[in-house]
Amino acid sequence: MKINTRPARHRALRAVAARAAGAVAVLWGAATLAFFALALIPGDPVTIMLGPFTTAPQSIRDQIAADNGLDKPLFERYLAYLGRLAQGDMGESYQLQKSVAAVIGEALGPTVELALAAVVIAIVLAIVSAVLTAGREGRLRGFVTSWELVAVSLPPHWLGILLLTAFSFQLPIFPVVGVGGPSALVLPALTLALPIIGVLAQVLREGLEAALAQPFAVTARARGLSRRQVRVRHALRHAAVPLATLSGWLAGTLLGGAVIVEAVFGRPGLGALALQSATNKDMPVLIGIVLVSALTFVVISALIDAFQLLVDPRVRT
Amino acid sequence: MSPLLTVEGLTVAFPGVQAVRGASFTLDRGECLAIVGESGSGKSVTARSLVGLAGDRASVKATTLDFDGTDLTGLDERGWRRIRGGRIGLVLQDALVSLDPLRTVGAEITEALRVHRDVPRAAVHDEVVELLTRVGVPEPEVRAGQYPHQLSGGLRQRALIASALAGRPELLIADEPTTALDVTVQARILELLDRLKAEGTALLLISHDLAVVSRLADRVAVMYGGLLVEEGPTREVLDGPRHPYTRALAAAVPSAAARGTRLAPVRHSGPPAGPDGCPFAERCAHADDVCRDTPPPPAPLRCHHPESGPVARAVFIGPEGVFIGPGGRALDEPGAVPPARGAYGTTPGAPDPRAVGHGVSLSGIGDTLLTVTDVTKRYGGREVVRGVSLRVDRGEALGIVGESGSGKTTVARIVLGLAKPDSGSVTFAGEPWSALPERRRRPLRRRIQTIVQDPLGSFDPRHDTGTLLGEALAFAGVPRRERRARALELLERVELPASVAGRRPAELSGGQRQRIAIARALAPEPELLVCDEPVSALDASVQAQILDLLTELRSALALSLLFISHDLGVIHHISDRVAVMKDGEVVETGEATSLLAAPSHPYSRELFAAIPALTRADA
Repeated sequence: MKINTRPARHRALRAVAARAAGAVAVLWGAATLAFFALALIPGDPVTIMLGPFTTAPQSIRDQIAADNGLDKPLFERYLAYLGRLAQGDMGESYQLQKSVAAVIGEALGPTVELALAAVVIAIVLAIVSAVLTAGREGRLRGFVTSWELVAVSLPPHWLGILLLTAFSFQLPIFPVVGVGGPSALVLPALTLALPIIGVLAQVLREGLEAALAQPFAVTARARGLSRRQVRVRHALRHAAVPLATLSGWLAGTLLGGAVIVEAVFGRPGLGALALQSATNKDMPVLIGIVLVSALTFVVISALIDAFQLLVDPRVRT
Repeated sequence: MSPLLTVEGLTVAFPGVQAVRGASFTLDRGECLAIVGESGSGKSVTARSLVGLAGDRASVKATTLDFDGTDLTGLDERGWRRIRGGRIGLVLQDALVSLDPLRTVGAEITEALRVHRDVPRAAVHDEVVELLTRVGVPEPEVRAGQYPHQLSGGLRQRALIASALAGRPELLIADEPTTALDVTVQARILELLDRLKAEGTALLLISHDLAVVSRLADRVAVMYGGLLVEEGPTREVLDGPRHPYTRALAAAVPSAAARGTRLAPVRHSGPPAGPDGCPFAERCAHADDVCRDTPPPPAPLRCHHPESGPVARAVFIGPEGVFIGPGGRALDEPGAVPPARGAYGTTPGAPDPRAVGHGVSLSGIGDTLLTVTDVTKRYGGREVVRGVSLRVDRGEALGIVGESGSGKTTVARIVLGLAKPDSGSVTFAGEPWSALPERRRRPLRRRIQTIVQDPLGSFDPRHDTGTLLGEALAFAGVPRRERRARALELLERVELPASVAGRRPAELSGGQRQRIAIARALAPEPELLVCDEPVSALDASVQAQILDLLTELRSALALSLLFISHDLGVIHHISDRVAVMKDGEVVETGEATSLLAAPSHPYSRELFAAIPALTRADA
C-alpha cells in the first residue's frame, strides 16, 4: 500500500503539530491563570521577600519593588512575565535566592521517581486483580472488589499514616522518613498507588468483562485457547481502551497525591515544595509549579493518546 | 462405519430454563446437517455444547456424545481444548464482532494455527496466505495485515472461516454464517461452505433461514422450544413439512407464491403445555390434552397430530369486503374473496372497524402520489445516488431492492425530506416536496412516515409506549383528552394488547417493538409509509407477522408503501412494482411479478440468482 503512506505520514505530522500547538495553548493558559490568580491574592510581595520580621523603611521597599518591576501596572508586568517565560526564565524565588528553574529541578527528581513507582505498582496490581477476578463469582472477587472500594474511599494521608504505623513503627521493615534507596520508596509509592489501583482495577475489570462477553472471545476459545489465554491475549487490550478517559484524573491524582504523600513521609519533592512555597507565598515558585503541573498533564494525556493509537487500530484510520 | 458425530439425548439446562430437551442426531464426513429454529429455540446452545462452550451456567448432559470415538461427555477443560479448533471448528455470525477488532486478520489466523499445529515460525505467514486463498479472499497478502473493520462483511466472514479451518477440523459448526450478509455475498459464502463439504468436512449449519438451509443441507432438523420436532432429508422436510411448527415456518417464508396471502398462521393461543408436553402446543391449533401433558412421540417426527399435504394460506381482504391484492388494486373476480375473512373478526361487506377515523377512501387509488425525478446526492465527493427516478401511486407498494451501499437508504432519506438532493426533485401529491423550505415542509411531514430496521434506537428509552404514541399523536394535532383513547386504538390496530402501553420499548420483544414503530408511524394518518428494512432483524415467524400486518394495514387504510429491503422474497411478497438499485442507480424498474420472474438487467439476474429459494426449480 505505497500510495497510502504519504498522506498517512502527512496526517500524522499534522496531528503532532496540532497537539504541540494545543500543549502551548494549555501552558499559556495555565501561566496566565496562575499569574492573575496570584496577583489577586492579598499581601505585598515586597513584604514577603523581606520576611515577616524586618522593619525596612519605605525607601528600601520602593527600591526592591522597582528592582523587581513591581511598581509597573499589572498588565505590563504580565507581558514582561510572558516574555521572560518564552525565553525559559521563570524568575527567582523570593526566599531561596535561587532561580525557580533550579528549585523545581531539584524537587522534580524525587517526585518523578515516586510517581513512576506508584504508576508501575498500580498498573501491575490492577491488571493482576482484574484478570484474576473478571467474569468470576465467588469469595476472591467479593474480597477484591470491596477492598478496592476501601482503597478508593480512604483519604491518602490517613492511609499513609496507617502504613507507616504498621510497617515502620510496629514492624520496622521500612524507614520512617526521607529518601535513601528503594526501601524508602516502597511505602510512599504504595500510598500514592492504592487509590489508583482501586479505580484502575474496577475500570479494567469492567472492560474485561465486556470484552469476554463479545463473540470474539467465544471464537478464541473455540480455537482451543484457555480462559487465561483469552483474557491476556484478547480481552486485556480491549480493557485498556477506556483508560484514555482516565488521563486527566490520573494526572490530578498523582500531583495532588504527591503533596500529601511527601508531607506525610517527609520526602523532598514537588509536592513538598508546593506546600512550602504556598505557606511562604513564594509566588515565582508557585507559578513555576503550576506550569510544571500543566506540562505534566499535557505529557500524560499525550502518552495515553499514543498508547491508545498503539492499542486500537480503529482510532488510527 | 459409525458416523463422525453421534449425539443422543442431549439436554442443556440453564438455571430455571430447559434450553435443549433430549436432542439426538448424527453427522458424517462430507455431510451437512442443518438445525433450523427461531431465536431462543436452543439451536445455538446445541451447537456450542458440542465444543463445550455452552457457558458456565449451563448444565449439559447426554446419553451419548461421541466424536470419532472420543466420548465428549467425559472431557475436562484440557481435553476440550484439544477438540476445539483442532477437530471441531466453530464459526459464529457477524465476523465484525467474532474476530478480535484490535488484531489483524493474519494474527487471528496465526493464533488458530499455532494452538493446534506445530507450524514453524517461518512457515506461518505462507500458511495464513494459503488459508485466505483457500476461502477465496482476494489479495491475501494485503488482507492478512488488515483489521476486521477494514474489510467488507463478506471478506470478514471468509477470514473467520479461514481461522476456523486453520486447525484442520473434521467438523465445522457454522452458527448463522450468512445472516448479516448481502444476498450476493451470502451466495458466495454458501458456495464456499458447499466446497468444504465436498472436500470431506462435516458441516453442522445453524440457521433460522429455511432458504439458506435448502441450498446447503443434506438433512434438516427443526428445533422448537428445545425440542427437535422434525428431522429428515432436506427436500422431504421442506417440500412436505409435517409438524405444525415446520409447516408454519415454511409458510412464513415470503415468496412469489405467497403474494397476497397471510404468511403467519392465524395466531392461536391455547393453554401452555406441562414440562413434558409439546412446547409448540400453546401455539398449535391441533393441540389437545395429550399434547400438553405427555411427551411427544419419538424422533424423527415428534408430533401427535402430524399434517400432510400442501401448506394452506389465508388471503387478505380490504375494506368494504373487497380483496385488495398486493398492489392496492381491488380484484374483480368474486372468487378472489376467500373465506378466511373470519380470521379478522369481521364480516365481508362491512367496513373494517379499524379503518374508522382514518378517513379511508378507495377513491384516488392509482393516482400518482410520489414522484422522484432524476435525483442525485453526493457525500464527500462520492455520488451515492445517481439520477434516480421513481414513482409511487396511491395505494401502491414500490419495493426497492439492492445490496448495502447501493443507495437505498439515501433515497429513503431524500423522500422523507431528511436529506436534500443535490439535483433533481421530489414531488408529493402533485406539490413540490424536496424544493420546499423546511419551515413550509414541516406541517406536511405527517403525510410521510417511516419505519426503520431497529426501532429501539428511534424510541426514547425512558418513555413507555403510551407516552411514545401520545407524543406522535400530539404531533399529529390530536387534542390531549383524546390521545389516550387514540393510542389504545393504534395499539389495537397493530394487534397489541392495551397493557403494552405501560411498558418501555426495552421490555418488549423485537416484533412487538416493530409493531409499536408501525403504530407510531400511523398516528398522524400518513399517506405514504417509507419502510427501510423493517423486517430484516426479525425471526422468520415474527417477520411473517409483521409483513402480514403491513399488508393488512395497507389494504385497510389504502396506504402507499416505499419498501426497502435486501431480501428479494420480502420484496416480492409485499410490492406491486420493484426497482433494483446498484451503486446509486436504478438499473431496472417494473411490475414485481414480471420483473422478478424475468429480469432483463444483468445485475438483477445476478442478484436474483444469488437468492436461495426455498424450492429449487430442478427439485
